[in-house]
Amino acid sequence: MKKMISTTLATLTLVAALASCGNNANTSGAKESETGSSDAKTSDVSTSSATDVFKVGAIGPLTGPAAAYGISVKQGAQIAIDEINAAGGVTVGDKTYSFEMIFEDDEATEDKAIQAYNTVMDKGINVLMGAVTSGSSIAIADLTKADGIMQLTPSASAENAIKNDNAFRICFSDPEQGVAMADYMIDTLGKTKVAVIYNNADEYSTGLGQAFEEEVAAKGGTVVTSEAFATGDMDFSSQLTKIKGTDAEIIYIPAYYQDATYITKQAKEMGITLPFIGSDGWDGVLGTVTDTTTVEGAIFSAPFSASVEDDHVKTFVDAYKKAYSDAVPDQFAADGYDSIYTFKAAMEKASSIESADLIAAMTEITVNGLTGDNITFDASGAAKKEVRYVKITDGAYAYA
Amino acid sequence: MKRKLISKKNIISVAIIAVLYILIQVLINGGYLSRQMMSVIIPLCYNVIMAVSLSLIVGVLGELSLGHAAFMSIGAYSSALFTTKFELPEFIALPLALIIGGLCAAALGFIIGIPVLRLKGDYLAIVTLGFGEIIKSIFNFLPITGGSKGLSGIPIYTSYRNFGLVFLITAVIVLLIKNLLDSRHGRVFAAIRDNSIAAQATGIPVGTYKTMAFVIAAFFAGIAGVLYAHNVGILKPGNFDYNMSIEILVMVVLGGMGSIGGSIIAAVILTLLPELLRSFADYRMLLYAIVLIALMLFNNSSLKKKLIEKRQMSRQEKSEKEGE
Amino acid sequence: MDIFSSLAEQLINGLRTGSIYALIALGYTMVYGIAKMINFAHGDIIMVGAYLLFLLGVGKLGLPTPVVILLAIILCAVLGMLIEKIAYKPLRNAPPLAVLITAIGVSYFLQNFVLISMGATPIPFASMIKVPSLTLGTITVSGITLATLVVTFVCMAGLIFFVQRTKTGAAMRAVSEDRGAAELMGINVNKTISLTFAIGSGLAAVAGLLFISQYESLQPTLGALPGIKAFVAAVLGGIGSIPGAIAGGIILGIIESLTKAYISTQLSDAISFSVLVLVLLIRPAGIMGKMKNEKV
Repeated sequence: MKKMISTTLATLTLVAALASCGNNANTSGAKESETGSSDAKTSDVSTSSATDVFKVGAIGPLTGPAAAYGISVKQGAQIAIDEINAAGGVTVGDKTYSFEMIFEDDEATEDKAIQAYNTVMDKGINVLMGAVTSGSSIAIADLTKADGIMQLTPSASAENAIKNDNAFRICFSDPEQGVAMADYMIDTLGKTKVAVIYNNADEYSTGLGQAFEEEVAAKGGTVVTSEAFATGDMDFSSQLTKIKGTDAEIIYIPAYYQDATYITKQAKEMGITLPFIGSDGWDGVLGTVTDTTTVEGAIFSAPFSASVEDDHVKTFVDAYKKAYSDAVPDQFAADGYDSIYTFKAAMEKASSIESADLIAAMTEITVNGLTGDNITFDASGAAKKEVRYVKITDGAYAYA
Repeated sequence: MKRKLISKKNIISVAIIAVLYILIQVLINGGYLSRQMMSVIIPLCYNVIMAVSLSLIVGVLGELSLGHAAFMSIGAYSSALFTTKFELPEFIALPLALIIGGLCAAALGFIIGIPVLRLKGDYLAIVTLGFGEIIKSIFNFLPITGGSKGLSGIPIYTSYRNFGLVFLITAVIVLLIKNLLDSRHGRVFAAIRDNSIAAQATGIPVGTYKTMAFVIAAFFAGIAGVLYAHNVGILKPGNFDYNMSIEILVMVVLGGMGSIGGSIIAAVILTLLPELLRSFADYRMLLYAIVLIALMLFNNSSLKKKLIEKRQMSRQEKSEKEGE
Repeated sequence: MDIFSSLAEQLINGLRTGSIYALIALGYTMVYGIAKMINFAHGDIIMVGAYLLFLLGVGKLGLPTPVVILLAIILCAVLGMLIEKIAYKPLRNAPPLAVLITAIGVSYFLQNFVLISMGATPIPFASMIKVPSLTLGTITVSGITLATLVVTFVCMAGLIFFVQRTKTGAAMRAVSEDRGAAELMGINVNKTISLTFAIGSGLAAVAGLLFISQYESLQPTLGALPGIKAFVAAVLGGIGSIPGAIAGGIILGIIESLTKAYISTQLSDAISFSVLVLVLLIRPAGIMGKMKNEKV
């Protein structure tokens, strides 16, 4: 008897839960202003005249270990949206559209990304900005293709994140960046013997490391040793000892700033004086080192740096600091910002807000963004822009 | 003693499952469900399988496994490698994938079953945690699994469009485990949980039964992994980590350890709740921690004993009244 | 660099992580030996200790370093006693499974509480103790490694003295041997176990200090992995044995560093866990532990 009651209860809970959610979603179409998204902050635009709102769905981690990236993208994009809306919106044909963003959390996991994607689709979005991370972008790629919606990822750098023809990206792909750094090291810095330390549990780090090593070999350089570590590792002394025993002239660390902080500190303690080069994940390293001399002279590829003298960048950084209690925008914020302006450019070029027209217009637009002066897109969906390098000089970032 | 397959209990269970199935089908086909809710249906199913199978180890056998996600990952990876390498038509590929995923996970369950024979309690828990970590590192290391880049391009066989099949698999697994527990074997498990030395003394092959529980639980977790892999389409070693094992453990504990129905309800609630309260995600893990502590304290408190006594008293009174 | 000095340097690297593991393992082994439970939250108390040092030291209080350290140790000891009182004491007679799940719950609670209150972004925190490093030929041993080793051995000696030579220590040993009999002898079991947790958590604060001086970065999860590794070390050395914890910690550190140096940097975690599994299968009592038969 007891079991029967519990099973019946289970049934009722499930049905009630499913049904109630179903009802919510159904009514949300009719009464938008009431349901809205869970983040009321993003939808500060009036929703009274629904036809004039261009809805950007967005997916990224707002919680969990990767939350910082999603939050940055969201905040950066919001700055762009506020700018555009304040300037009167986007005129397409005889209509003017204001932007609205609906951002859903995916915790940077693939299964949650699918749920987040379906959630934003329920809210009737026009285009999708996302996902912020590579795995999530790949997980939803075929769904966005089936829905025929334009997908623009600000920061998913894995090669096959944009394998479908409806998908585009703002940032460089991992191989592009790794190859660029290898060329820069050999051609500009004149070093040929390099040691690599990468995170083999992280696809960004692995992707960059592999592309870098292949390019170095192709250009006649030598990778004297390639050392791996795992996410969460704090001790790199074994790897550094091995590097110390080689004739490496330079150390390449394609990883995030936290790892770079540990590695450079421990290298200095061990008496290693070789120069460091890194990837765009290094941006922010000066905020986590306790002694800036450990990273002095390090060079990393970085499409955006908040501390660079540039009017466009300065306007953005000021607005960002004002909106988010003095937080300094990182590259993810800049990617989010550029994504919104890319949508705007595509809308104006296509004179339409239909995904199919926007996708067709993408190869014809040029965006003057924060992460590149004249960004264009090729048919594969990749952004074409110049690679920039930042060098840490006297404890501050500066373009190399 | 003979087990009747067509017992009253089973008929009721099947009836409930059938009603549930029809209800959900009506909701889907009638357009009552949003896309968000449809995309939760499959995770709901594989979480139920995970919770019910872990319940077999934790609730019924009384041992703690902190590596249940590892079994799931084995099932997911082995089946995904099979379906991506041999491009067979779906109606052949999916059943084979389910069998392969289940068997590979069961094989690992057997390997973990070896230390199970010698260890228990704290040590066993830490060994299962260690196994989980070892398997994660191996998936990161092997080139065939795509390492940290993940294994992508897995055909989507078990999305909500195939809900009927996934629901059927889940229902069959739940019924199987329920029947196993109602059988003689189920009572043996309980005997081992309550006092393994006494059970041994009465001639029960404790080792065999413990290994069996691990193998069965691993097999079903492997099947859950197959459903996961062919729903999401991309696998990454990092997704099957310690946190995932803990999340499943919370489902089992919240459901009342050893209760299959409870595990199902808890799995359903803990899958739907984060979807309904997305902005609450930051506090979710904190809440889980509090749930774990509070339930453990409550289960062993004098308050619970009193409540149980009260209920028994009232029941007695009731039966006395009925007798009059 | 020739192969020998490279090997010597790798051994020193092992000592560097191993000495930290050893210090953490001391706390594990102490609590396990007397309270007979794995305190899963031990690693997280290290983390809390590290954050306390940061808040008391770098915050607005401006206290001198020794006071900050002492305060952090005391606060951690109190935290340990509090956790024991709230979460573990009511489960004294519950099945081990319940205690284990509660301990996991406490570990999760501490991690997520700090995550929410302090944020996930790592906080840089310059070392509070400055010790010059030692150079022998081409090999450099960092000052923190030396300090950790010294502190670990001092703690070990202190603990052994305390447990073997004092009256309270004798009470602890009695509780460890047979709780029921100890109670009959007039020993206050609750008080003894509470004190054990206080000492174990105080040791965790010391470990937190040295850990953070070594790596100079605060994260809510910083205690998790070293905590588990230290547990492996404690098991390796024979859980419950104080010298065993030190031996286990240093051996594990050296195994890890040699694995990274000569086998694979990718599989080092897998190999340390395999060591655990093998030790438990071949000699479950560890290197220095006592074998015990269980009775009905």
